[in-house]
Amino acid sequence: MQVGSWVAACSTDDVEPEDVFRFDHLDRTYAIYRTEAGDWYATDGLCTHQKVHLAGGLVMGTIIECPKHNGRFDLRTGEAKGAPVLVNLRTYPVRVESGAVYIDLA
Amino acid sequence: MGMVRDYSLLGPDAEAAQTNGLASATWYASPVPRKRMKELMRRDDGPAIRDTIVWFAAMIASGGAGAWLWGSWWAVLPFFVYGVLYGSSSDSRWHECGHGTAFKTRWMNDAVYQIACFMVLREPTPWRWSHTRHHTDTIVVGRDPEIGVPRPPSFFNLFVSLFALRSGPKEFRKIFLHAVGRLDAAERTYIPEMELSKVYRVARIWLAIYAAVIALSVATHSLLPLMLVGLPTFYGAWLYLVFGVTQHAGLAEDTLDHRMIARSVTMNPMFRFLYWNMNYHVEHHMFPMVPYHQLPALHAEIAHDLPKPCRGLWGAYREIIPALWRQRRDPTHYLQQLLPPTARPSVQTVAIAAE
Repeated sequence: MQVGSWVAACSTDDVEPEDVFRFDHLDRTYAIYRTEAGDWYATDGLCTHQKVHLAGGLVMGTIIECPKHNGRFDLRTGEAKGAPVLVNLRTYPVRVESGAVYIDLA
Repeated sequence: MGMVRDYSLLGPDAEAAQTNGLASATWYASPVPRKRMKELMRRDDGPAIRDTIVWFAAMIASGGAGAWLWGSWWAVLPFFVYGVLYGSSSDSRWHECGHGTAFKTRWMNDAVYQIACFMVLREPTPWRWSHTRHHTDTIVVGRDPEIGVPRPPSFFNLFVSLFALRSGPKEFRKIFLHAVGRLDAAERTYIPEMELSKVYRVARIWLAIYAAVIALSVATHSLLPLMLVGLPTFYGAWLYLVFGVTQHAGLAEDTLDHRMIARSVTMNPMFRFLYWNMNYHVEHHMFPMVPYHQLPALHAEIAHDLPKPCRGLWGAYREIIPALWRQRRDPTHYLQQLLPPTARPSVQTVAIAAE
């Protein structure tokens, strides 16, 4: 479902605490994160280093680690935390309503 | 003799790998439920802190004993132990901490990584990027800078590598090059521009350390300082070569399935401590996010989908040596890894079937 630039990405049940979920929309892929504290974040779904899906990676606190080369990003800001990732991830605003997770693709 | 390939990163095989879709390709991975994979990937400081304390304590004890007995033949034994801990075990510490998986705490990985890099004589930044490429394009000729035994293999090269006599001079040449602010052409293919200042800075620091140790040796008219810092990289390197050759030697190249291009080997607990479980090499390549202390559990999880591991170093070398011997004359020869009936077909098999 899409309302304006907000797109329903998944349900809250799709993502366990401290985990990541892959959401494909049109020709793009996104990563939806739920932290241990219950906060929600979204970034581009592919690592900026080698275009690997981050949804196969590991969430540790507010860090997402890429499954291929262990590159780490701050999932809140998209900041690359050092080699081998040097380019930040794009982030997207997230809203949770009635058990659904929306991201703003504007 | 069959076709000899060009293993450099700038030759025709590098171009062919790109053209044939082998560069930065998608690799086969055994299916593991997400929930289980998360358990296996979970980080923990405990095992690596324990192992690092034991490692350093053993180095201090053996190095101390060597220094105490210096001047008598009895010093050979402690220096034998010290050399292995310094020159060989540092390889696995370099590796695991480079992946950032050994410890949960980032600075601990980074600290042990820097120390292990110095011991094994691998500059931290170039080798981080080299190893990144190794994981992207594992044993893809012209792409992987870490192919240890190119075909046709040279037994002479393997022998001198027991004492790091090939890698050592090469690394020192690069350290000098980096210290004067230069990079070689192959390194430019995998080290990003923005990392170069780190490369040059560390090379200068390392040269300063080596100069200080050499100066101390000269001033004290004794080889002892160099026996403790610097030379163990050479006289203690043999075990990491013995372990490391088992990883990929004699197996297929240019195949997007880690089960075909890597080898796992069962080892005793002492070797697994020294090698930090890198004997589970297929498992590590398939899932590099899994810390070394969880590799036995990962192995149990996916064993049904993998070739049977070789039984010990003896079992590994029983297949490696004849294969390498044959590759001297026939570089196209390789060992075909056999998958159990419970395994999914290899990417290689699928490709052949599709032709």
